[in-house]
Amino acid sequence: MTARMSVELLTGGEAVAHAMRQIDPDVVPVYPITPQTPIIQGFAKFVADGKASGEIVNVESEHSAMSAAVGAALAGARTMTATSSQGMALMAEIVYIAAAMRAPIVMAVGNRALSGPINIHADHSDSMLVRDSGAIQLFAENAQEAYDFTVMAPRIAEHPDVLLPVLVGQDGFTITHSAEPVAMLDDEAVKSFVGEYAIPFPLLDLGRVTSQGPFAMPDSYFELRHDLVRAQESALWVIEQITDEFAELSGRSYGVVESYRLEGARRALVVMGSSAGTAKDVVDELRGEGEPVGLLQVRAFRPFPDAAVRAALRYVTEIAVLDRADSPGGRPPLFAEVAAAVYGCAPIVRSFVYGLGGRDIHPGDIRAVFECVESAPRGTQYVGLREEA
Amino acid sequence: MGKLSTWQELPAAGVVVADEAEQPRTGGWRTGLKPDVELAQCVNCLLCWLYCPDSAVVLDGTTFTGFDYDHCKGCEICARVCPTKAIEMVPE
Repeated sequence: MTARMSVELLTGGEAVAHAMRQIDPDVVPVYPITPQTPIIQGFAKFVADGKASGEIVNVESEHSAMSAAVGAALAGARTMTATSSQGMALMAEIVYIAAAMRAPIVMAVGNRALSGPINIHADHSDSMLVRDSGAIQLFAENAQEAYDFTVMAPRIAEHPDVLLPVLVGQDGFTITHSAEPVAMLDDEAVKSFVGEYAIPFPLLDLGRVTSQGPFAMPDSYFELRHDLVRAQESALWVIEQITDEFAELSGRSYGVVESYRLEGARRALVVMGSSAGTAKDVVDELRGEGEPVGLLQVRAFRPFPDAAVRAALRYVTEIAVLDRADSPGGRPPLFAEVAAAVYGCAPIVRSFVYGLGGRDIHPGDIRAVFECVESAPRGTQYVGLREEA
Repeated sequence: MGKLSTWQELPAAGVVVADEAEQPRTGGWRTGLKPDVELAQCVNCLLCWLYCPDSAVVLDGTTFTGFDYDHCKGCEICARVCPTKAIEMVPE
């Protein structure tokens, strides 16, 4: 049965602050950074106003924030934090440790370009910095998805077959600071959806004393790292299960990928984050003109839904992958994944990098990408980059 | 050491449950000297207990009673910090 809902005009940051109020985590160690700040500022206000009871730990850096989060989550407290860009860079060391120690921390990420040069606007380079940490990474298209993914995140993170940090990414400013109508579940519905926090070995369980984070010699490091691979594989079906449950509650259905007008499509874009919204409009326009185009939105980047991507794109002959992060000297991250997923299926797959440091991508740019996929050279193309012809 | 575990056999994150773990007697690492106490000289300041890196100083409540030789590695710190020289390193 669908829960009662209220629609409010909220920015992505405010929507996630509301999700945090409703989840009411036990411990929230945080350090402010643009464009994540409205999330934690909003949550701190809820706590100050008595509308949430979580313990906010004001730390001196993101490294400390994540370290405190690992301790709290393993002690037995539902723990959330938030960061962006350089904050993620400073956290990165402990994000790896959080995943390896199987600490189910939920982190809101206001995706922002990494320095340098210093920049505060949207791209995905910060999340990509911890691509191989073992943490789960979801990317929202808008404030509604940011809210919905945040509500689902504790369930995914804390699932006994997963027990990994979950990063919910929303594009800085484009989502974090842009107001749009957001349908929120009522507080009780969220509370019962997320349930009680439970992990197998809480450190504060003095009836069963444990030692955690032990040194691993060459005789066991490989096996313990491999356990993360399997946890990520489990996360694929766990995400499907939790999103199905959430769909029953909210009426909003999400998968690890969303196929948008791919029926009969010959050309497809693959994209993550807020640009998916713009691209869907362009797909609608082109379909209106009779062009056989479609779009695949990737919502879960880790675990990467390899089989779902391959299945969705199986009849497409030209694929353009749009990355909002680059890998100088190599291929950008989403392209590398998609190309690997469709390897052997023989479509043309081309790489396009756009929007670094918050540069806008316009409908005309996306139209141009659709037009040039077939003729594009194998190397990465740069959308919106000024360059000499 | 027995057979090495597969990744399936190892506990997630390598968590060690104290009750299930092997409890090695690290006192075997001593190299010939062990601490010995003259209780009559002990003023129960507990500095040895405070400094012992191996929790090998045994108390009864808050009263010093002796050493846990199963875990004492013979580092001599207790003998060095003892203000009344009640602790002396002696051959095994």
